[in-house]
Amino acid sequence: MFFEQIINGLALGSTYSLIALGYTMVYGILELINFAHSEIYMTGAFIGLTMVTVYKVPFPIALLISMAGSCILGVCIEKAAYKPLRKANRIAPLISAIGVSIFLQNLALIIAGPQARAFPKNFKVTTIQVGSLFKISSIQLLILLVSIVLMIGLHFLINKTKIGQAIRATAQDKETAQLMGIKIDRIISLTFAIGSALGGAAGVLVGVYFNSVDPMMGFFPGLKGFVAAVLGGIGNIPGAMVGGLILGLVEVIGAVYMSQYKDAIAFAVLIIILLLKPTGLLGQKVQEKV
Amino acid sequence: MNAYYLQILTVIGINIILAASLNLISGYTGQLSLGHATFMGIGAYSATLISIHLGLPFIISLIIGGVVAAIFGFIIGVPTLRLKGDYLAIATLGFGEIMKNINLNLKITGGPMGLRGIPQATNIYIVIAAVVLTIFAINRIINSRVGKSFIAIREDELAAEAMGINTTHYKILSFVIGAFFAGIAGGLYAFFFRYIHPSNFGFMKSIEILCMVVLGGMGNTYGAVLGAIIITVLPEFLRTVSPVISQYRMVFYGLLLVIMMIVRPQGILSQDFDFTLFNHGLLGYKKKKGGQIQ
Repeated sequence: MFFEQIINGLALGSTYSLIALGYTMVYGILELINFAHSEIYMTGAFIGLTMVTVYKVPFPIALLISMAGSCILGVCIEKAAYKPLRKANRIAPLISAIGVSIFLQNLALIIAGPQARAFPKNFKVTTIQVGSLFKISSIQLLILLVSIVLMIGLHFLINKTKIGQAIRATAQDKETAQLMGIKIDRIISLTFAIGSALGGAAGVLVGVYFNSVDPMMGFFPGLKGFVAAVLGGIGNIPGAMVGGLILGLVEVIGAVYMSQYKDAIAFAVLIIILLLKPTGLLGQKVQEKV
Repeated sequence: MNAYYLQILTVIGINIILAASLNLISGYTGQLSLGHATFMGIGAYSATLISIHLGLPFIISLIIGGVVAAIFGFIIGVPTLRLKGDYLAIATLGFGEIMKNINLNLKITGGPMGLRGIPQATNIYIVIAAVVLTIFAINRIINSRVGKSFIAIREDELAAEAMGINTTHYKILSFVIGAFFAGIAGGLYAFFFRYIHPSNFGFMKSIEILCMVVLGGMGNTYGAVLGAIIITVLPEFLRTVSPVISQYRMVFYGLLLVIMMIVRPQGILSQDFDFTLFNHGLLGYKKKKGGQIQ
């Protein structure tokens, strides 16, 4: 029973991690809370669903197409709604992001209608039993595997490649990065592309996991993905991964004892951690100067 | 007057109080809050419960609702205002969601059923009076020593502290005052619509209030008034233009938010805008007197 809950928590938590990565990467570079990210996640789920149901594409390819679609959407949003505001104060892009979020959510409501859709039944759920205590469903295994592969890929990209170096440099100091010959506009778009692709993948995985896709599905996972990012220290990539997993575990285990306060638990944990360590678990303290 | 227009006017009034009070916290003191609707909800629930269970008159329950919201503002403000910037924003958001979850589960708040059958007591005159009093009080605060401390904290917290301003004290004060007015607005809301539900005071409402403040111009009370009017009227206006637009009105609403921010990121009325200077020439943008120390 307990191990089962741990697996549930890890599966849910890894989707939070994927969403949180999108928030944290964008925040690391632009210091912007990208509220449209939850709608990118929702769009990703819809693209995946359409690919599987209408075009009968096999699931792995549908996942890739949905990641590519979310990627394009993310970059378009950046170009249209955030780039003109790069020199503005910090709150204007935030409102712009909220505007994009309202826009996409209601567009999806008009196109797809308010009812929830399910992935077709040919996704057979089998339970794999390991030993007497440990069991895991095939969907959970899928979620964990896809998330781990994506996160390892991202870790490699950020830390071992030249592009990753450019992303890190831009996050540290945009002006100096520019002086070193880095095209920061391109790097910012790339960051949005990567973050959005991960968000889209999370959307498809959650859509399969809970077997439901609807225009409003982005709201809570988006909020919790953001909470996970802050929990780990916003702007910090390993922090987002750890934050997501912790959030998923706490939520699932907490729900066993007080199910009606499931959503409150996540936020209570957030506030407690912020009060104990105001920059999140892995965040670094920035020295302030006058 | 037509009941439809009367309702829109009332909602505009309630939203003006909400926007002006959030503007005190976010616009003047510079503390970004994503949970202003929480205080509105606390005010709405406590005013309603006091009126129903204790049978106190409307105005008194309204004020008690505001006071309870202010007390919660203090309780939430003391720990969270140590946080800065986006961390503060997310903590206020978190408190809002927790409060919503609690309201959804308590018996006394009616849980997911909400509270219904609240007596109709709010009318347009009371709303107008509340709006005028709120604007007057906030203007007096801004122009006082306290308000100058708020603005100093917004401009540079470290420098303000170096000048001997107890920044924690003033940040909490600003939060408590803002929460009080939001609580009043919540009470007015409850006694006007006669039905309240936890989701009326959720994250989306907080965001809506923030949009009013930013759109009108942060740090300008008249900006908050203008923002409240625009954000309230815009969806209704889009509804009446044509049936096609009515169907897509929330899509247009989102789009217009983006466009307005791109066209005028500092908000419609900027911080320097002041109505008393209307007779000083073009649209009253304040001319800086003397040299400015850079």
